[in-house]
Amino acid sequence: MHEMALCEGIIGIVEEEARKRSFAKVNVVCLEIGALSHVAPEAMKFCFEAVAARTIAQGARLEIIATPGTAWCMACSKSVEIKQRYEPCPSCGGYQLQVTGGEEMRVRELEVD
Amino acid sequence: MSSERIIQVERDILGKNDRLAADNRARFQADEVLAFNLVSSPGAGKTSLLVRAVSGLKDSFPIGVIEGDQQTSNDAERIRATGVAAIQVNTGKGCHLDAAMVGQAYDRLPWLNGGLLFIENVGNLVCPAAFDLGEACKIVVFSTTEGEDKPLKYPDMFAASSLMLINKIDLAPVLDFDLARTVEYARRVNPGIEVMTVSARTGEGFPALYAWIRRRWAKAKQAEMAAQG
Repeated sequence: MHEMALCEGIIGIVEEEARKRSFAKVNVVCLEIGALSHVAPEAMKFCFEAVAARTIAQGARLEIIATPGTAWCMACSKSVEIKQRYEPCPSCGGYQLQVTGGEEMRVRELEVD
Repeated sequence: MSSERIIQVERDILGKNDRLAADNRARFQADEVLAFNLVSSPGAGKTSLLVRAVSGLKDSFPIGVIEGDQQTSNDAERIRATGVAAIQVNTGKGCHLDAAMVGQAYDRLPWLNGGLLFIENVGNLVCPAAFDLGEACKIVVFSTTEGEDKPLKYPDMFAASSLMLINKIDLAPVLDFDLARTVEYARRVNPGIEVMTVSARTGEGFPALYAWIRRRWAKAKQAEMAAQG
């Protein structure tokens, strides 16, 4: 369950930001998770609550902004949107795709007090 | 009045691991060590494959192995029986190796000056895909006893790997294993993935694997010399 390790990474980032920018309470943690990243948003929410307990992020709400998967189709020579890695190009049906976006897993912003 | 405010962060969740992986990569480069991260589901034959490979390569290169498992040191002991140095990392409840574990294990290996480092990840086709360890590339070991559609079921791992080793190829005839279909599925998720068939039991395909490793090693050496001018 690597979502656990990822949530520990999020808490680490929040704690560092708290020291740098001096805040004491986090209300919302906003993530940007790509459609082709290594994360199941539901599992992430489940783990976050457990990992955040007794940290500065205890009780914070996790908001996940899903970003689309994009790929460059070598056959069509254009950028296309895909939902999964094994999907064919929506234009030509081929699999000559190079993923160009949608792999990100980032903490975008925090709502703090 | 509420003092609530929004703070822009824009930081990668895996940023810490990625920084440590970059440190590992720099150390491997300084030691001219070529590192491979072997990934597979449990039971695909990574350790048997490594036992044979390090036996075949140990007279040509200094070799070290880092073994990742949740528990036991069985795998490291199997490697050490060949005379090659191995460090066992137990991840406990963890489902993957991370860059910090590999950095610490590398400290405990003898100096591999100009040699090869094999990192055998925890048997798991999901989590290890996300964690860069500083390797030159990932090698995914897939065995003929697994379903041909595994690359579609676990696309992240096949997308992250440069080479797919299809192990237990000696069993293919009795299993009605469809090699062409497996390769087609793997290339759907990763058009550039290289494919080789091997048998850790009989040794079939290993000369080609050694040739591939030597080519990668020579290429890394060349790049290093070019960088030094």
